[in-house]
Amino acid sequence: MSQVSIRKIVKEYEGDVQAVKGIDLEIDDHEFVVLVGPSGCGKSTTLRMIAGLEEITSGEIWIDGDVVNDVPPKDRDIAMVFQNYALYPHMSVFENMAFGLKLRKLPKDEIKRRVDDAARMLDIEMLLDRKPKALSGGQRQRVAMGRAIVRNPKVFLFDEPLSNLDAKLRVQMRTEIKKVHQLVPTTTVYVTHDQVEAMTLADRVVVMNHGVIEQVGTPNDLYHSPATKFVAGFIGSPAMNFIPCQLEQAAGALRLRLSDKLSFPVPADRTARYTSHAGKAGLVLGLRPEHIAETRPHTEPNQHDFDMMIDVDEPMGMETLVYFTIAGAGICGRVNPNAGATAGQSMKLRADLSNMHLIDDGTGKVL
Amino acid sequence: MTGVTATANAVPRKAKVGSLERQNRWALRGSFAALSVFVVIFLVPPFYMIMTSLKSSAEISAQKGSPWIAQNPTLDNFVYLVTNEQFQRYFFNSVWVTALVVILSMTIAILAAFSLSRMGFKGSQVISTGVFLTYLVPPSLLFIPLFQVVGSLGLINNTWVLVLLFPTLAVPFCTWIMIGYFSSIPKELDEAALIDGASYPQILLKIFIPVALPGIIAATIFAFTVGWGAFLYPLAYLYSADQAVLTVGIVRELIRGDVFAWGTIMAACVMGAAPPIIIYTFLMDYYVAGLTAGATKG
Repeated sequence: MSQVSIRKIVKEYEGDVQAVKGIDLEIDDHEFVVLVGPSGCGKSTTLRMIAGLEEITSGEIWIDGDVVNDVPPKDRDIAMVFQNYALYPHMSVFENMAFGLKLRKLPKDEIKRRVDDAARMLDIEMLLDRKPKALSGGQRQRVAMGRAIVRNPKVFLFDEPLSNLDAKLRVQMRTEIKKVHQLVPTTTVYVTHDQVEAMTLADRVVVMNHGVIEQVGTPNDLYHSPATKFVAGFIGSPAMNFIPCQLEQAAGALRLRLSDKLSFPVPADRTARYTSHAGKAGLVLGLRPEHIAETRPHTEPNQHDFDMMIDVDEPMGMETLVYFTIAGAGICGRVNPNAGATAGQSMKLRADLSNMHLIDDGTGKVL
Repeated sequence: MTGVTATANAVPRKAKVGSLERQNRWALRGSFAALSVFVVIFLVPPFYMIMTSLKSSAEISAQKGSPWIAQNPTLDNFVYLVTNEQFQRYFFNSVWVTALVVILSMTIAILAAFSLSRMGFKGSQVISTGVFLTYLVPPSLLFIPLFQVVGSLGLINNTWVLVLLFPTLAVPFCTWIMIGYFSSIPKELDEAALIDGASYPQILLKIFIPVALPGIIAATIFAFTVGWGAFLYPLAYLYSADQAVLTVGIVRELIRGDVFAWGTIMAACVMGAAPPIIIYTFLMDYYVAGLTAGATKG
């Protein structure tokens, strides 16, 4: 049992700068939770407070049923993997992994057994005698993970562990981390600014912005039902389109007006939810690029065709991204590579409004 | 290399005027010429010192022959010094004073630098700057007020006074070097050790000292030089022969009134200069690495 519980924690730096503004978070045993957000959102600070490397201004952190606010890092039974690996340069891989165990005065054969087991799991057995400087970035990252695994801690903490790797290796190591977590299902808190990493690794994702939690949920929750405009825009690549719109009520039906020429009927199942917002200023339609495609036979209601002048087309191979403008807002759509999208030419597109989001730009909330 | 090959192949393409290779060649020649001048200026005195130390008194006072070459080299001067009890005493005093100064200075400097660069307490920035500022005060201004301090401690004409005073010269600079070196060690390294279960003393002993070894060697050499080569303080505070150290002893013992025993003076200088030269020769690489650490992001 190793739950982590964060209760109303605040981190204030000198000069009244609040990096973390009173967040609450419950992390279950064995759970893989990813804190994600832009730089400066307080995610690393939160992680470092869990680790005990950063003092907590107010609030409480519980690990495994105990308040750990004043417990030094070494007594919190946690292990941390750093962005720059932080391997001890003068020690061999074996010594690096064994360091924490030696300090805890474990018997020699037990240390050797644990290091060997971890090395086998991470496929670094043949590197045990090398010094860190003779390792590649990916190997160093494995050693850093090995150093955490051998400790067999209550909680793993990862601070942007893949940011220093090149794109290809990052994908590979991502899978590796997931595999390790399946083999050693330790409670894990993982910090990243990369939403793809967050989506692929997490049981639950915590999206942070400006020191507060915007939303906590499973990757699919966040993708399909974002709570705020920030989450809607942060999760997913290419990002969700935001189009300023008006909600018009005419003869009992609601219509979304995007421009003088372009308007769509609101899906029937949403009418009740949106009616009270009719006529309100500052509404924004959120629609993901995959819900704007080339026209094809409509299989479901709420799919509507419209003509658009394409500004830019970007062939990606499996799809082509098309960019166009509605009422001054730049929009991205994803079309079939054979749909004949050409910059400077008009194209018939299909918007699927069953996955639309209506956002109040004033509060930033999804309605 | 490539330039040589190109000419050797006699390809009818001449190196362009102002080409990079040509410029490099001229820069190289220029620096050799300039450095040769310096080498001559710096090496002539030691050369003369060694030559004179190998001459007998008669040869030194003789007016004929080149003064740059020892005609009948002899080790008499060295034998005289090595067997001279007084000289042995000076040498021994210098050795133990320097050893204690190095140990004391380095212990203080390492502990100070670690706490100043890593423990981040209030005012650590001010203290770091303060440490460096004390190094800027010339020792030659301090020895008169220090005389009163030393006098009130009853340490005048006691070799231990040097063990007390030399660290005040060595510690600021050594601390400064060590702060620079420790600061170049990434913060995550101590955080990783902290999480691994190390205490601050363990972090210092098991992580910082091994990683910062080049810096420590550089600082040690500096402390050694301070302890071994100082002249002013021992001259001011020690006056009896049994308390003196090598630098002052040579002058006291081998210059009697207006009689200069040049051969033995020079031999004593050679023997006095040997330890630092030997140490520098072996540890020069570390010394340079230590002094320049933290200058650039590595």
